[in-house]
Amino acid sequence: MEQSLLSSNPSVRSCFCLAGIVEAKSAGCGSISCVKSAKLRIMGSGPKRRTMRLQFSRRSLRLLLAGSVVLLTGCSDKNQSFLTPDGPVSALEHYHMWLITLITLIVVAPVVVGVPLLAWRYRYGNTRARYAPNWDFSTALEWPMWLVPVAIVAVLSVYLWIYTHELDPYRSIAADKPPLRVQVVGLDWKWLFIYPDYHIATVGEMAFPQDRPVSMELTTDTVMQSFMIPALGGQIYAMPGMVTRLNLEADRTGEFEGMNTQYNGDGFHAQHFQAVAITPQDFDSWVKTVQHNGAALNPTSYGILARSSTPAEVHNQFGDAAMPKDITFFNDVASRLFAGIVMRYHGDRAVSPAEEPGTVAYNAKLASK
Amino acid sequence: MSHSFWSLVFGRLDFDSLDFLKAFFHPDLNDVIVSGASWVVILGAVVTAALLTWFRLWGPLWSKWLISVDHKRIGVMYIVLALIMLARGVLEGVVMRAQQADGLHGGFVSADHFAQLFSTHGTIMIFFMAMPFLTGLINIVVPLQIGARDVSFPMLNSLSLGLTVSGAMLVMISLVIGDFSTGGWTAYPPYTEPDFQPGAGVDYWIWAVTLAGLGSTLTGINFVVTILKERAPGMTLLRMPIFTWNALCTSLLLVFAMPPLTVAGLMLAADRYLGFHFFTNTLGGNMMNYANLFWQFGHPEVYILILPAFGVYGEVIATFSGKRLYGYVTLVIATMAIGFLSFGVWLHHFFTMGQDADVNAVFGIATMLIGIPTGVKVYDWMATMFRGRIRFSVPMVYALAFMVLFVLGGLTGILLANPTVDFQVHNTLFLVAHFHNMLIPGTLFGMLAGYTYWFPKVFGFRLNDRWGYIAAFSWIIGYFLAFMPLYAVGLMGMTRRTVSYTNSAFEPWFLVAGAGAFFVTVALVTLCVQLYVSIRDRELTRDIGGDPWNARTLEWATPSPVPAYNFPVMPHIHALDAFAVAKEAGFGYQEPTSYSDIHLPGNTWAGVIAAVFGTALGFGLVWHMWWLAWLSLAVLAVSLIARALLGDRHPVKIPATEVRRQYRAWLEKVRAVTPVTRALEWDHRNCGVAATEYFEEAAE
Repeated sequence: MEQSLLSSNPSVRSCFCLAGIVEAKSAGCGSISCVKSAKLRIMGSGPKRRTMRLQFSRRSLRLLLAGSVVLLTGCSDKNQSFLTPDGPVSALEHYHMWLITLITLIVVAPVVVGVPLLAWRYRYGNTRARYAPNWDFSTALEWPMWLVPVAIVAVLSVYLWIYTHELDPYRSIAADKPPLRVQVVGLDWKWLFIYPDYHIATVGEMAFPQDRPVSMELTTDTVMQSFMIPALGGQIYAMPGMVTRLNLEADRTGEFEGMNTQYNGDGFHAQHFQAVAITPQDFDSWVKTVQHNGAALNPTSYGILARSSTPAEVHNQFGDAAMPKDITFFNDVASRLFAGIVMRYHGDRAVSPAEEPGTVAYNAKLASK
Repeated sequence: MSHSFWSLVFGRLDFDSLDFLKAFFHPDLNDVIVSGASWVVILGAVVTAALLTWFRLWGPLWSKWLISVDHKRIGVMYIVLALIMLARGVLEGVVMRAQQADGLHGGFVSADHFAQLFSTHGTIMIFFMAMPFLTGLINIVVPLQIGARDVSFPMLNSLSLGLTVSGAMLVMISLVIGDFSTGGWTAYPPYTEPDFQPGAGVDYWIWAVTLAGLGSTLTGINFVVTILKERAPGMTLLRMPIFTWNALCTSLLLVFAMPPLTVAGLMLAADRYLGFHFFTNTLGGNMMNYANLFWQFGHPEVYILILPAFGVYGEVIATFSGKRLYGYVTLVIATMAIGFLSFGVWLHHFFTMGQDADVNAVFGIATMLIGIPTGVKVYDWMATMFRGRIRFSVPMVYALAFMVLFVLGGLTGILLANPTVDFQVHNTLFLVAHFHNMLIPGTLFGMLAGYTYWFPKVFGFRLNDRWGYIAAFSWIIGYFLAFMPLYAVGLMGMTRRTVSYTNSAFEPWFLVAGAGAFFVTVALVTLCVQLYVSIRDRELTRDIGGDPWNARTLEWATPSPVPAYNFPVMPHIHALDAFAVAKEAGFGYQEPTSYSDIHLPGNTWAGVIAAVFGTALGFGLVWHMWWLAWLSLAVLAVSLIARALLGDRHPVKIPATEVRRQYRAWLEKVRAVTPVTRALEWDHRNCGVAATEYFEEAAE
């Protein structure tokens, strides 16, 4: 393992192939908010980094859907979900969802209402209703039947195209401050968050400053996983030997539930973490805490960390009383750790199962030690 | 020495693999459930065998059913398989709902067992419930609707059934011996690679799905050829009933969509058995290729499941509205458009894999396009009801519930087609709620409607309507309660395939879903009761005339149950809905002017051999009993080649006089029956001959 960590090559980051669709993605193209929002920010009107569309959406939809949101989220403050978005990405996703719902209802509602009405009106016993057993076609009816759905799909397609590009998880979020870089490694049954600029890493908690974009690179050192923080934004797969990207931001301080959504074994249900948005000052002191108060993450400890274990078990292994419950801090993280993890799957020889985290052989090897 | 000998015989099968013994060694609730399930399978098999022996039914079972090539009997056997697997699939679903209802407190099922449950539930419901059910209905109905004697390749039909059964057998055996896969019904690598899952589970999945998939491919070929080549004279393509059109589209999809699954499964098998690196993490393997291959099957598969149900609804809504189907040509165009588009949208199953926004947007828009013909279909069915005379019989209740519920699933489908929303709800219970919303009101209700609708045609008596209504409403209420809450918890961030959770806000929703599972269980039990009561009271619901619903298509012009040769003479078709037109003109039950000898294909052992040795082949491969695998493969190969060389050695000839005698006897019985109006449809006076009804035109 030590050797493979050393033989890292960062150039792999743009290497990404999808059966038949080979593509290379470069980072940092475009921005999530449009020019309009930049102007708004300069003029000092409106909240930071929100488009006008978004302002409208959040105000009106909060009002419109307050009831359903309360109903769905219950009174538990713990539930930070997509229904109560706390960042620009999830807010726009949330807005888009309700927009689609309202537009699609134009074609759906007539069926929900019409079927019971038709069934009752034309019931067998109702001799007052007209009966036309041989009527089987009407050009006048055919036009709206086809054209209304076509129009709806056309409108939805325009929105889909715009928002899919605007909300591309690879797209970095425009901001005055440079984004915080976080490298995320999926391990069986926890996420390892590496902060390459601070040489620290965490399990069970991902802290970052509020109102500052977070730019994540993701991979796994085991089977495929999928990373999501619903209250902040969507989801992206993390796959071994490959790097995917996700850009998020939190509008406010708070704790947001994050998880893996792709089943990966017995501990899958425990693969949750807290995404914690804090003030920049708090973030600086948090970094210092981790730097001074973490376990060293060297190849040996990484090897133990990588075995199949939940965040709570990682805490029991590496944590101490100063670290919060189920959360583990690491320091002395090598700057090429992430690239090394990606590159180890690109060698000429197979990675033996005993060296591949998540396999039965790997866990057995560690258990026997 | 002796150890290596036994491992040669039994491969990697050992004492610990015997699930039915687990409860005796680890008597906790989880293992009691595991062992209990295997005992149910074992006892079920023993009791069935005992009953067959007691009633001396082995002989008839063998000669009339197992070796039969009659498309109707093969269809019935498919549906029997589907109903057995439905029972298991539903019960697994109920256990999962119960587990999650208690999931905040950890529940009672272990994480590994829960993973096996969702994997077998999905695999069974797709491959061994829905697929056999729709294949069974297509088998029974299509040759009758197009006026054919049988399918084009009757022996192949039996072989397809045998392969499907062998896949189902492997899934059932996995309940008794060894564990099933924990990789879900999609079995995504690298999780399913041998380094991560060395046990027998994934191998059970691979061979069950591969064998059944081969059977489905052959079925597809069989029915494409049958529909294109075996139609009665005069039945042009645009005179085919709408169910047959949907069956044609489904068969085309089977031909083109099943091979990618077989390829993906065999590539995964190559990784697992032969050390290949198609989908491994290292040496250039890439699981993204699997995802693409799997969903190139997986998305058309969705339409394979739904289109036959659309066909059933088309027939049911027209019949029970007492009207011609509105927009027949439109529906045909819409069906074929759906079939065509279904091959161009597979990527929407992994918008989250990191591809470019352009790619995601194109596939998202393509997905929404499918909503257009599907929406048009729903409107056409509504227009069919417009100015009809609607009878709320059991199939119609399913159809009405389907239309209302299905469009809600359509709405969430449009949401999922948008990558922006998919990023949030992918892999959550929102997705689970969506596809159950499509597959329960869509496929399952459609299949049950078809089962109720065509049951008298096959068995000569109607199903009990009272229990039918109870079953239908239990399914509808159960579906609604069990799956609507999953939309909510999905939006709240509950991932799918999750054994337990810590967020207390989820719990009320899961309790409601658990109540829904109770209603679904009631529905399942009610279906069994309905079948029992219907058989017991069959003399009260005899379908002598063969047309209990005053239906429109050709199959209703035959006696119930239909004779092996289907039609005494080949019918000549002059119109769409030929039987309805003939009845209106008063020519519903005409005697042909002349009869001729009828030649039918002989029985074959192919299906039984495929079922037995297909199962043995799969079992041998799963447990690395190489001798068994080679032996089974050899038997399969030799028997198929021998059958090909020898041909059909026992064709059946039915002399014209015999056909005439049978047909005249039936016509006499029909003439003795009093035709009834639709008001008496569910009355014991309905003996299957419809009275012509004239309604006064109501004033505008």
